[in-house]
Amino acid sequence: MVAIETSGGEGLRGGLLTTADGKPLKQALAHAQARARRKALLLVVPLLAFIVITFVVPIGQLLFRSIHNDGFSANMPQISAWFDETKAGDAPDEAAYAALVADIAAAAEARTIGVVGTRVNYELSGTRSLFTSAGRNAEDLEPPYREALLDLNAKWGDPQLWGVMRSVSSAYSANFYLAALDLARDENGDIVRAPEDRRIYGMLFMRTLWLSALITGLCLILAYPVAHLLAVLPLAKSNLLMILVLLPFWTSLLVRTTSWMVMLQEQGVINNTMVALGLVGNESRIQMMYNQAGTIIAMTHILLPFMILPLYSVMRPINPSYVRAARSLGATSWTAFRRVYLPQTLPGIGAGALLVFILSVGYYITPALVGGASGQLISNLIAYHMQDSLNWSLAAALAALLLAGVLILYWLYDRLIGIDNLKLG
Amino acid sequence: MKKILTLSTALTAVGFAAAAQEVTVMSWGGAYTVSQVEAYHKPFTAETGIKVVSVDADNPATPIKAMVEAGNVTIDVADVEYADAIRLCDEGLLEEIDPSILPAAPDGTPATEDFLPGALTDCAVASIVFSTVFAYDTTKFPEGPTTMADFFDLEGFPGKRGMRKGAKANLEMALMADGVPADEVYALLETDEGVAQAFAMLDKIKADTIWWEAGAQPPQLLADGEVVMTTAYNGRIFAAQVAEAKPFEIVWDGQVYEYDLFVIPKGAPNMEAALEFVKFSTDTQRLADQAKWISYGPGRKSSGALVGLYQDGVTEMAPHMPTSAENLTNALASSYEFWVDRDSELNERFNAWLAQ
Repeated sequence: MVAIETSGGEGLRGGLLTTADGKPLKQALAHAQARARRKALLLVVPLLAFIVITFVVPIGQLLFRSIHNDGFSANMPQISAWFDETKAGDAPDEAAYAALVADIAAAAEARTIGVVGTRVNYELSGTRSLFTSAGRNAEDLEPPYREALLDLNAKWGDPQLWGVMRSVSSAYSANFYLAALDLARDENGDIVRAPEDRRIYGMLFMRTLWLSALITGLCLILAYPVAHLLAVLPLAKSNLLMILVLLPFWTSLLVRTTSWMVMLQEQGVINNTMVALGLVGNESRIQMMYNQAGTIIAMTHILLPFMILPLYSVMRPINPSYVRAARSLGATSWTAFRRVYLPQTLPGIGAGALLVFILSVGYYITPALVGGASGQLISNLIAYHMQDSLNWSLAAALAALLLAGVLILYWLYDRLIGIDNLKLG
Repeated sequence: MKKILTLSTALTAVGFAAAAQEVTVMSWGGAYTVSQVEAYHKPFTAETGIKVVSVDADNPATPIKAMVEAGNVTIDVADVEYADAIRLCDEGLLEEIDPSILPAAPDGTPATEDFLPGALTDCAVASIVFSTVFAYDTTKFPEGPTTMADFFDLEGFPGKRGMRKGAKANLEMALMADGVPADEVYALLETDEGVAQAFAMLDKIKADTIWWEAGAQPPQLLADGEVVMTTAYNGRIFAAQVAEAKPFEIVWDGQVYEYDLFVIPKGAPNMEAALEFVKFSTDTQRLADQAKWISYGPGRKSSGALVGLYQDGVTEMAPHMPTSAENLTNALASSYEFWVDRDSELNERFNAWLAQ
């Protein structure tokens, strides 16, 4: 308890307000508030711990993985030590080859030679087999080791291979980010563009951004009139219509995507109907799936509620008398919409657009099922590297770039429109 | 009341004990998993009391890598392709399986001699020989394509194609379609020119191809009319042809055949049950039994003689097997040496090619 004495002798010391027990008031207040803050903190600790464990730590791990891969350095200690002692450009001597052979033999014995080869192969395609086949023959290799290895495969003398081995002998590397940007290092360590038949990620990033923007635009065009209708109808009717918006929203994503497959296939509902109506010939059925069109159609439908709901929540409280006032003052209906109604719905447009855009940038299942080859997004490649190629470092680098891109867009949004203008409901 | 409680507690305890005795087997789904459930899982449970849980994946080799590396192995046995079995073993992701524990043939021939050449490796035991072939819809082409080259001939045989989303088997088929003899395919694919030649061939049909991932998809794509011809695992097409009377026809020209093998991931939760399962399932009778359900050849020589009729009791299985002589006139044995080492880089290239 803080009891303040404002009059009488000991309450005032040197002009300072003090409490009854003589502490300065400022300190006593701070003390009391600190206790309240600690209590408040205790209340949010579970949530904080939850966020740290399920969100901050995994993202930290992901970012760490994107610059750290010890597949080579941990399994090839001797040759890594040789690289540490020498400097870039030093030609490998017999000691280097001996260390290399010893490491390969040990790694083959420990069944980690595949891991080593895979790590080098990430940087220099076509080298995994060098390591695994050397591993199978390691027991037969005899000094001089340089000749022995070169006899096995002349590629062991390739300066580029040694350059790559030097770079992967350190567990830390920015090379995964280079790969994620379609760049590579040449034998001198300079950054160059990847060979043309390997360039894929830049194009996929652009495609992801472009398709996400397109889907956001389509959602906005479709959702705006629907949300407006919901907002102006009497509550009983609009609630009924709202169920139609929410029902698909509550249906499983997979179910909705597979329903779209049934609709869009070449022998599917839409094509059959059009053929029956004579709109298209039986031989010229329209390909609406296994391409970008499939991705756009299905994703627009699936993400539509995320646009309708924030728009509706912003439109509902708008007083219709504003537009009426504008009309009575002589504005055309277009001007009244543009100058009076639209500006009031901007927070909803912003919220819906941001939501739909960010969700579609990370979309994965729908493009995988209906997108074919041309409708794949960057997330599909991230999933491929997570699940199939198991190049988790590259997957992490791609994901980190995607995260950075989204954060930049968020920042831009904040600068241009202001995040406090966002209204989600 | 007390009695009832004790009784139910005892029952629950028994239930737990029984539940602990189970083995999880990951396979490829669809008609293939059905054949394994009928030929292996059911008799295994009947004989040992160990429950078999069956799970499916598009390719069981990929979850193994992820599971072992993440330290969270949830399956005990997986059914994988040859190159994957070798590679996973090389990377230390599989338990080794001692071939001497496998049962001998009925005439006493030890397992090591009874299995087909190469069917036993450090970490894997082959169950079947399967083949990637292409099949077409006979209502679309009554005359039918007859050679691998026809698959790539959009003018002669117009319509959508289906292919597995991956480099393996597709590159070999592309080269054979381009006139490369089967025995030169891998030597050519070792070179950059050979790979380029294969991709150039695939370029021809890229725009008209639907890429499948799960083995159950191609018969579905054919049945739906989404494609007019598609590559597929031969057993899946057989199942659709015979069991579902679909108008499909297999073209054996240019088939790529190989083993499917049982492996045990490192750190499998039920090691002993897993070994029991592998031993049981790869004995002479079980391997022959599986051919009653799907047209894949058994991995043991001694099983060959026991293969007879399909489960419908009328269809002779022999002509549907990938290894039957008339189906082998222009066939390629998939090279595990090649794919063990080149799989990751060629798939990387394939993905870039596909996305462009």
